[in-house]
Amino acid sequence: MADISEAASASGTKRGVLATLELDARLLGMLVAFLAIVLIFTVWTGGTFIQPRNVFNISVQTVPVAIMACGMVFVIVTRHIDLSVGSMLAMCSAVMAMSQAYWLPSLFGLEYGNPMVLVLTILIGFTSGILMGAATGWLVGYQQIPSFIVTLGGLFIWRNVNWFTTNGQSVSLTDPNLLMFGGTEGVLGAPASYAVGIAASVVAVLTMMAARKNKIGHGFVVKPMWAEGTMMAIIVATIMLFVHWLSLYEIPAGKLRRMFEARGETVPEGYTAMHGLPISVLILILVAVVMTVVARKTRFGRYIFAAGGNPDAAELSGVDTKWLTVKVFALMGFLCGLAALIAQARLQSHGNDIGMLEELRVIAAAVIGGTALAGGVGTIYGAVLGALIMQSLQSGMAMVGVDTPFQNIIVGLVLIVAVWVDIIYRKRMGISK
Amino acid sequence: MNRDGQTPLVELRDISIAFGGIKAVDHVSIDLYPGEVVGLLGHNGAGKSTLIKCLSGAYHMDAGEIRVNGEKAHIENPRDARAYNIETIYQTLALADNLDAASNLFLGREIMRNGLVDDAKMEAETRKIMGRLNPNFKKFNDPVSALSGGQRQSVAIARAVYFNARILIMDEPTAALGPHETQMVAELIQELKAQGIGIFLIEHDIHNVMKLCDRASVMKNGQLVGTVNVNEVTDDDILGMIILGKKPAHLAA
Repeated sequence: MADISEAASASGTKRGVLATLELDARLLGMLVAFLAIVLIFTVWTGGTFIQPRNVFNISVQTVPVAIMACGMVFVIVTRHIDLSVGSMLAMCSAVMAMSQAYWLPSLFGLEYGNPMVLVLTILIGFTSGILMGAATGWLVGYQQIPSFIVTLGGLFIWRNVNWFTTNGQSVSLTDPNLLMFGGTEGVLGAPASYAVGIAASVVAVLTMMAARKNKIGHGFVVKPMWAEGTMMAIIVATIMLFVHWLSLYEIPAGKLRRMFEARGETVPEGYTAMHGLPISVLILILVAVVMTVVARKTRFGRYIFAAGGNPDAAELSGVDTKWLTVKVFALMGFLCGLAALIAQARLQSHGNDIGMLEELRVIAAAVIGGTALAGGVGTIYGAVLGALIMQSLQSGMAMVGVDTPFQNIIVGLVLIVAVWVDIIYRKRMGISK
Repeated sequence: MNRDGQTPLVELRDISIAFGGIKAVDHVSIDLYPGEVVGLLGHNGAGKSTLIKCLSGAYHMDAGEIRVNGEKAHIENPRDARAYNIETIYQTLALADNLDAASNLFLGREIMRNGLVDDAKMEAETRKIMGRLNPNFKKFNDPVSALSGGQRQSVAIARAVYFNARILIMDEPTAALGPHETQMVAELIQELKAQGIGIFLIEHDIHNVMKLCDRASVMKNGQLVGTVNVNEVTDDDILGMIILGKKPAHLAA
């Protein structure tokens, strides 16, 4: 018990406010970079950038890359890479588009609007994602082929199986239910959004309290109550501000009229409705939370990080690293399927080039978010923030009229600079990895 | 091979393993009794570590059999070895540098609560055992890459000791340690011995072997030169076995 009292006195001595809040310096750096981008473009666009409408659009556009970046963190942490995610997304999208437009109606005679179409389409899309990922994982884990090669091959293969499947044609999505995953077509509305925001805040606070109680129960030092309270306040404020902001984005009158007409009603006089949270963003948040819990609190996650830190040690500790590799890539494939569902719903069609070059954005998001290519290090929230930073940058540049080639040049430079700064930071702090 | 009517804790019988034509271990038999320390000696590449990895499940032997408490044991992988209460401290320590001490200690055997790993409980248990093994250890929340050689060693030892090992394999446990820490390991070995744990100790330092081991088995070129009772030989006898590959004349009879 001597060490505990000593540690307690150590924390009692003066420490910086940031240290007391136990904020990760890298996370802080990313937040500052993100806020700087937001600030610059807000000023530059005369406030348009921060308008609810634009915040809504950026959020929705970030979702597919951010979802895949969550899976990419696990892949890179285990010292692998997946270059085929863009092609896997296209393949899942092709299968889902063909299922609803041709296969399901002709095979089972399911007619337009039948909810079973959506269920089966999703099932087929996710299954193909998992199978493609598992096949990659088997080749990498059990056959010891470098993941760079397997997934480079996959990039070509799935992109062109996709081409063959749809004959290279765009497929219009025919299922009306599926469009709700796209963004503007699938929103919760203001009241439900506030309810979700409040529920999320309550869960976040309760989770932090439970973790604190558990630590105290084992006699560990915890941060002072004011620090805990500050963190809770920041988190709750962020959640509620985000929800509130999106709930200020009005649904256009014309669209409202069409929605009421579809139900055979007319819009009441003076009636307005707000977008609120898009379902796709809700899915991303759910994915990020689940993946964070998996990374930190499950055996699977623990073994992913152990295998990335020292594969031999993991193997000698009884971790089946081959099977682990299959699971990690299968999870990546599943997330590609989920991203495909959202991407095609947003575009309201499957195009032959859907997800093209997306693998690079996904890897960039993970790396900007602090995932080390050497393995063993990476966070889910970092990857999501990385995706958000890239999307904000691109969207902001488009708004102020930067030409597309320059947009891409700048995104490329940002990737390099982000990793450069990280390396300098690690050297200064004496962190080897 | 009974000694005072005791059943050996472990018998390695006629073990052979080859890597692409090179016989790394060639028909070697050794055994270990409860409360005994058996030293394994030999030049680099003599086959000590390879032999021991067959017991710890890291390698799969080509021929021979392993008996634990007189019964045939099936050890296909490290998980199987752990199920027989065989714990190993590898020369490389086999720690995941990016994880903290508790995560390493419980790697592969995490304490779960409601289906999730219970970090607080594992840290508490780690604090308990480290308080016994290395009371100066404080860095419970840092990744083990931030620890000194001795601290890393104590994490590796704690991992082996915590799970009630009956058979402990130590591959050069003091190679990276200073004199003070080496003394700590020596004391730990005596303590574990007194608890009836059998220890295979791979060691280069003859001085340590004479001090810590009850018996010494010497290997050369994958073959067993011989096993001697340490108190019946001098360190020169053992050195002779290592270098010449022959049992000393007064024991060869």
